[in-house]
Amino acid sequence: MSSHSILKWGIRFYITLFFLYLFTPLIIMSAATFNDSRFPTISPWRGTTLKWFEELWQDSGMWQALGNSAIIAAGVLLIAVPIGVACALFLSTYRGNGKNFLYGLMLSPLLTPGVIIGISTLIFWRSLGVSGGIYLTMIAQTTFIAAYVMLMILARLQRFDRTLENAAFSLGASHFQVFRRILLPYLMPAILSAAVIAFLQSFENYNTTLFVKGHDTTLTIYIASKVRTGLTPAVNALGLILILITILFAAAYEVKRRHEARQAQINPETDSESIAGKQ
Amino acid sequence: MFKQLSERFGPWVSLGIFLLMFLWLVMLVILPQILMIDYSLRPNLPPSQIGGPDDQYTLKNYATLANNAIHQSIFFKTIWSSVLVTVCTLVVCYPLAYYLAKVATPRQAALCVLLLIIPFWINEILRTFSWFIILSYRGPLNALLLSLGFIDRPIRFLSGDGGVIVGMVYAYILFMIFPLYNAIESLDSNQIKAARNLGSGWIRTHYRIIIPHAKPGIATGCIMVFMLSAGSYAVPALLGSPGSRWFTQIIYNWFFEGGDWNQGAAYAFILLLLCIGFIVLMMRLFKVGLGDIAR
Repeated sequence: MSSHSILKWGIRFYITLFFLYLFTPLIIMSAATFNDSRFPTISPWRGTTLKWFEELWQDSGMWQALGNSAIIAAGVLLIAVPIGVACALFLSTYRGNGKNFLYGLMLSPLLTPGVIIGISTLIFWRSLGVSGGIYLTMIAQTTFIAAYVMLMILARLQRFDRTLENAAFSLGASHFQVFRRILLPYLMPAILSAAVIAFLQSFENYNTTLFVKGHDTTLTIYIASKVRTGLTPAVNALGLILILITILFAAAYEVKRRHEARQAQINPETDSESIAGKQ
Repeated sequence: MFKQLSERFGPWVSLGIFLLMFLWLVMLVILPQILMIDYSLRPNLPPSQIGGPDDQYTLKNYATLANNAIHQSIFFKTIWSSVLVTVCTLVVCYPLAYYLAKVATPRQAALCVLLLIIPFWINEILRTFSWFIILSYRGPLNALLLSLGFIDRPIRFLSGDGGVIVGMVYAYILFMIFPLYNAIESLDSNQIKAARNLGSGWIRTHYRIIIPHAKPGIATGCIMVFMLSAGSYAVPALLGSPGSRWFTQIIYNWFFEGGDWNQGAAYAFILLLLCIGFIVLMMRLFKVGLGDIAR
């Protein structure tokens, strides 16, 4: 066996190990949903059951938290996407002093720990008389989710051909027509992807939400509190459902992205968009 | 500034752009941070005394950390553990990122990226929770080790920092792999071939060609993982025990148990300074600019 093929087998072994590491915990967690044991585990197996789904279904606290999460995520999406688009348009247009500074400022929420965004939002808005709750959670999450949106829109804008705008202008289009008929349609795919990611980011946020939630509970907060007090496999049932929804989302997103890539015949570059969205 | 924008978008759309940008940057990003720092420099007073003679700037809240040995040891443990998490994720991810970017066929790479993206999208709490099950006292890992005869009685994995570190490596690994992958992928494969043809072994090829090229990706990945680890509340709350507290948990206690927001703000600002310090260190070390990060 040559050293080259040893290396090749070594790397294959490593990849397999890596993906086992990545998926085994999730599989174990999902499997524990079906175990008829009061504590979520897979060893020992006390018989297969679906009763934990039923318990979850009847848990009013879970439904309440789910409702809150959905409202917050919808709110974040409506505020963060326009902000992100506006900032991306600004960055792609403005040339001059202070541009790098503004860009750094716009990135800063992504490099700030989530707990600090939560704390500073809490302190600032309390001084204005707003206390913790659903609305403050929307504000706090928007702070950093807008930056993700900005990056995703910016990535698409960088491939935009400005001569299209100039052509429209010389054909007599107004500023607003150019914006509505040329720029927005071009950005639409990125805006939709950004909206999906903004929604998911908001839905799964924990560290920031923890400080600004007040007495309201989101689904993620609810799961964490259940793990620490009153843990039953009903939590696993919820986890399994969320994982399945996530896989569906991810698959749909991926299919849509590949479809676009094939149509536009610009392949691997779009990868950076989906990845920038989750940094 | 306004002129450049209105030439392209017209006055009304430009006004909207400026308004949204102003709202975000001033109301959500800058002012809250400034007020947090202001808070951290004031004493914790009952509402009636705020604005009174006692309400003066002080460094007292920062002195608390200097005088409290327990908080200090937790602070340094948080730094040390976050560095450890960062190094572990880098070591684990580099071979895979290299494989995806340079060895795998496009089909294989696309499949792997999809397989990586799925757990990436799954909630951090759920990813941590799955380790809670694995590591629990009567969990599958103990059961496996017992049945294989490696141990005589179950180990309490969740009583020290070990569980927290394992959980963090798992939760944040994908924030390392994508920046690395993007950076290595942009390297021209001919450079690797050229190095081989000129007689460079694979260690030297990595050390002299690939790693230098991947610097921005390495820096970005390290910054993200360190920031997420040092600032994590979820993982230590789920996988830690009272004996293995994290700095974020102390901050949380100042706010919601100690009721001393000024003190909490000071600790939060210290954490922020730590993260900024790490970012600056990384940018110096790898000689990259802010523009290379989060591309």
